[in-house]
Amino acid sequence: MHFLYSITIDPFAQIIAAPGFFLEVLVGGLLTGVMYSLVALGFVLIFKASGVFNFAQGTMVLFAALTFVGLIELKLPIWLAAILTMAVMTALAFAVERLVLRPLVNQVEIILFMSTIGIGFVLEGLGQMLWGGDVHTLDIGLPSGPINIGIINISKFDLVAAIVAGVLVTGLAIFFQRTRIGRALRAVADDHQAALSVGISLKQIWVIVWTTSGLVALVAGIMWGTSLGVQFSLTLVALKALPVLILGGFTSVPGAIVGGLIVGAFEKIGEVFWGPAFGGAIEDWLAYMLALVFLLFRPQGLFGERIIERV
Amino acid sequence: MLYREAGQFKTSYAADQAIFPILQDRLALVVLLAAAFIGVPLVANEYWLSTIFVPFLCYALAALGLNLLTGYAGQVSLGTGGFMAVGAFSAYKLATAFPGLHIVLVLLIAGLITAAVGSLFGIPSLRIKGLYLAVATLAAQFFLIWLFNRVPWFTNYSSSGVISAPPRAVFAHIFVTGPEAQPVGKYLFALTVVALLALAAKNMARSSTGRAWMAIRDMDIAAEIIGIRPLATKLLAFAISSFYIGIAGALWAFVYTGSVEPLAFDIDRSFQILFMIIIGGLGSILGAFLGAAFIVLLPILLINVPTLVGLNIKVTTVTNLQFIIFGSLIVFFLIAEPNGLARLWQIGKEKLRLWPFPY
Repeated sequence: MHFLYSITIDPFAQIIAAPGFFLEVLVGGLLTGVMYSLVALGFVLIFKASGVFNFAQGTMVLFAALTFVGLIELKLPIWLAAILTMAVMTALAFAVERLVLRPLVNQVEIILFMSTIGIGFVLEGLGQMLWGGDVHTLDIGLPSGPINIGIINISKFDLVAAIVAGVLVTGLAIFFQRTRIGRALRAVADDHQAALSVGISLKQIWVIVWTTSGLVALVAGIMWGTSLGVQFSLTLVALKALPVLILGGFTSVPGAIVGGLIVGAFEKIGEVFWGPAFGGAIEDWLAYMLALVFLLFRPQGLFGERIIERV
Repeated sequence: MLYREAGQFKTSYAADQAIFPILQDRLALVVLLAAAFIGVPLVANEYWLSTIFVPFLCYALAALGLNLLTGYAGQVSLGTGGFMAVGAFSAYKLATAFPGLHIVLVLLIAGLITAAVGSLFGIPSLRIKGLYLAVATLAAQFFLIWLFNRVPWFTNYSSSGVISAPPRAVFAHIFVTGPEAQPVGKYLFALTVVALLALAAKNMARSSTGRAWMAIRDMDIAAEIIGIRPLATKLLAFAISSFYIGIAGALWAFVYTGSVEPLAFDIDRSFQILFMIIIGGLGSILGAFLGAAFIVLLPILLINVPTLVGLNIKVTTVTNLQFIIFGSLIVFFLIAEPNGLARLWQIGKEKLRLWPFPY
């Protein structure tokens, strides 16, 4: 009875009693959600263009952040470290295309998926071997501290993250819609064979998408690294991108953003107001459960393309 | 020359339907079982038994379970660790709540409970498949581990959150769990369980159940059209697979480590077992064993080889090297031999049939 009370009535009573606090939690959740979206974007890019579900995206985030932080610790200026990390991610894209994707052309998607788990393991070992497995702190001078808007306090850093994500999404949307390469990417996503027959080079496209998602991983890595420290647990954060994708749909860039916002807000509000009833830390699985329920009713996600199957 | 079935005529349906139709295979199996049941306990010392053979058996059983689901029925699951935890914790609750319950019954009931939980989380597989299903099973993984971490009832209100297996005997005084248990007893008990379940799995895979699973795996819509009920078939695959995985988890907690915390069954465990079946061979009983042996032995090899050769590599470097080698091997196997070690073994047998005269 007490349990029922604490999940059905008490949270709402709290919300009504302190709407300012609720708003603060909501905004905090939304801003965390933006960070999830950053990771999810990398998944969507690769999935859209090559149909490969890149499980290594989380490790790519960690790897990029580790490389970046490692280079900064070598006393390189930030801009040089950023450029060098981008170069490393590009090299990685070439290596993945040449060594993994090309030999696996025409395999079923589950084989490709598993091969990306392998890539993830290699990157994890490589990153930690090169730069050590300790927690690195990353500080590139992003603003921190709270800022006051009306009745609520939000962190300046979260705001910066949101702006960065916004810029990134707009940039990617323009890239996909307006440029030659973007059109080629969409063509490949629609139909590999048709794209090949009109003269689009699959290899080139794959290198481009892996590079782009490597760059997105770098941005996500910098953001997450600044807020949590660059460490192994970043890969777990990246797993949170999966429910985001389910909600938003695997093939939709705006979906990744909306999904991220929903997941972020949902789990923060759930944790703060409903968490105590369950003993806390329900954040760990709440997002996955939301995704599970969502899958049952709308498997293609909010913005995804309908899945049609024929024999 | 030695491995040839020429002259072995099958004169009855029973002979035609035998699990191992070739005499040499039967002999090899008998030799292998004899080696495992008699040879290993005689030769191996306590260290080998309790750090290599028993964990190998636990892993092999879990891999076997996952292989039934992923390899035969084609449903990818990343929740193996969570289901192992269900097995371990339900066995613990059963053993402590009913002290008179025989250890075999404890394992069986723990398996059945895991089967029920597994089918529950398998329900989404009716609407989704492939990657979507993998995400759905991640929900099971995270939720279950959270549950065992947070709800003190499961650990009998132990303050550390660690459960310790109570001492239990198979026969009058032959303990297989608890502090009094001898490694040999533990090993033989685990081996018996695994051997029996493997035999059952082998038979299941070639029965109508196994064929239905494979049909669903190859193309579910087509399978539905030829009259296979996807609901029953998929849920059965989840239930039976979870049954195996649950018993593996219970063996892990009771026979292998003796005491265990939920974090021992986290997402990394799920991945580890998934790799076992990829490297060993998807859709093969033998593959589960080969993959488990490979993944259990590889770290030991990687740790010991540098010191044997005289190189002095730091432990952290070895761990990282393990990651890199695991990853590369997975990619290598997917490219070179998507059917894993089991397929290599099969190719070897084909070659042996002709050897030394190729025609």
